[in-house]
Amino acid sequence: MSYSGFRVIREALTGHKGWKPAWRDASPQSGYDIVIVGGGGHGLATAHYLAKVYKKTRIAVVEKGWIGGGNVGRNTTIIRANYLLPGNERFYKFSLDLWEGLEQDLNYNAMVSQRGIINLFHTDGQRDAYRRRGNAMILHGTDAELLDADAVRREAPFLDFENARFPIKGALMHRGGGTVRHDAVAWGYARSADRHGVDIIQNCEVTGFRIDDGKVTGLDTTRGFIGAKKVGVAVAGSSGRVMARAGLRLPIESHVLQAFVSEGLKPLIPGVITFGAGHFYVSQSDKGGLVFGGDIDGYNSYAQRGNLPVVEDVCEGGMAIMPMIGRVRLLRQWGGIMDMSMDGSPIIDQTPVEGLYFNGGWCYGGFKATPASGFTFAHLLATDQPHECATAFRFDRFETGLMIDEKGVGAQPNLH
Amino acid sequence: MIIPHPLLGPRDAEEFVYLGDASLLDRPDWQEENADAAFFTYQYLRDNPAGTHRELWFHEQGDRSWLVVTRDTTTHDILTVEFASDVALAKAGSR
Repeated sequence: MSYSGFRVIREALTGHKGWKPAWRDASPQSGYDIVIVGGGGHGLATAHYLAKVYKKTRIAVVEKGWIGGGNVGRNTTIIRANYLLPGNERFYKFSLDLWEGLEQDLNYNAMVSQRGIINLFHTDGQRDAYRRRGNAMILHGTDAELLDADAVRREAPFLDFENARFPIKGALMHRGGGTVRHDAVAWGYARSADRHGVDIIQNCEVTGFRIDDGKVTGLDTTRGFIGAKKVGVAVAGSSGRVMARAGLRLPIESHVLQAFVSEGLKPLIPGVITFGAGHFYVSQSDKGGLVFGGDIDGYNSYAQRGNLPVVEDVCEGGMAIMPMIGRVRLLRQWGGIMDMSMDGSPIIDQTPVEGLYFNGGWCYGGFKATPASGFTFAHLLATDQPHECATAFRFDRFETGLMIDEKGVGAQPNLH
Repeated sequence: MIIPHPLLGPRDAEEFVYLGDASLLDRPDWQEENADAAFFTYQYLRDNPAGTHRELWFHEQGDRSWLVVTRDTTTHDILTVEFASDVALAKAGSR
């Protein structure tokens, strides 16, 4: 069933009796050609592109809980392609291109809204760094614009420009960035994958990998054994836990990141705004709540909840650039678990086990990467070759010294 | 989180800086034959367990001691706290 305006009108006139579930609740078959572990954004996107672009059949997605119940439903919904290093920027440019055509591709309204991202800077040194970053973005075909303080004032007059400690000197504007309705991304990919014949198997936890002679032959799950010629693991946040069952140690630590939503307000913030002197980023949802976040808590955690010092730190960052939010009440606060990799960049690669492929290490930037992550992982699974946009995301880059360290802080995951 | 410091009693985790897995105390010998592989494992690979985790915390805003904290990563409960120097000395003594 295709969704369209015509369809909405027809259903409205006939009592909405024609709507059907958007995907089947499949039970596992005995074997598949390709099994994706993880029914989040990246796993479902991988299944969609495998079926639609690479014309693969006999594909299943296995998910421990329900689809979209993990980090794809727990993020701050921002999409952007404002990276500096070539290994990253071409990938995120590809992702932004896919976002732009996503709704037509999926026949699903994901509410992709490219309303721009303003990265504020507060010193001359930061201006130079952002000018360099903007040039790198333009060289990769993405948009970037350096705004002076007056131009920022026109975009967001409510900011604290004369702040004594962090005066706003300007910003890097990335007009292609914006926000997307995060749950709809998971649902849209799930519906499209299902329509292309993918079995989406929920409440099915992987308890072990069957590996014979260094080659994967299937998965032990809570719903029985599932045979598989190839297995793709896309479970960022739980990568360490899942890959340990295949006997692999990863260059990844799991950390908790908190996010926040305020009470609903009238339209206030035009796009996404980030603070340059602390860690704070904010946008406004279509329901009116301010959606914002900051830094990770900084210690290993699988608890999906953080501690109060980070709440205080994030709110201080907000007050430093937007004193007007001081009397806005916080509605909700939550935590999600991040794969923090050793250089702050992801991994999409084969593993030492034949037929076992890995997608993870997204740190706290996985949401924006969803379409490109799915596309490039599907390419790897289908062809055994890395996609041209994801050649840098190799496992062995730590051994060979080819790290993609945007922040330049070294092998210290809680600093990325 | 409140970390029970062995000397100073309960201290807010805010006073500490987190480094990571306590396996970082076991630095490989740089003169060994496969030192490059050993250093790669030491520097980059982690067990990253969901459950009990031994990790290094530095009491930067306190007595500047390094601690080995054993903590449950699924609940944030702190199980034991030791001085890293004691842990290292005990290890050296047993060698």
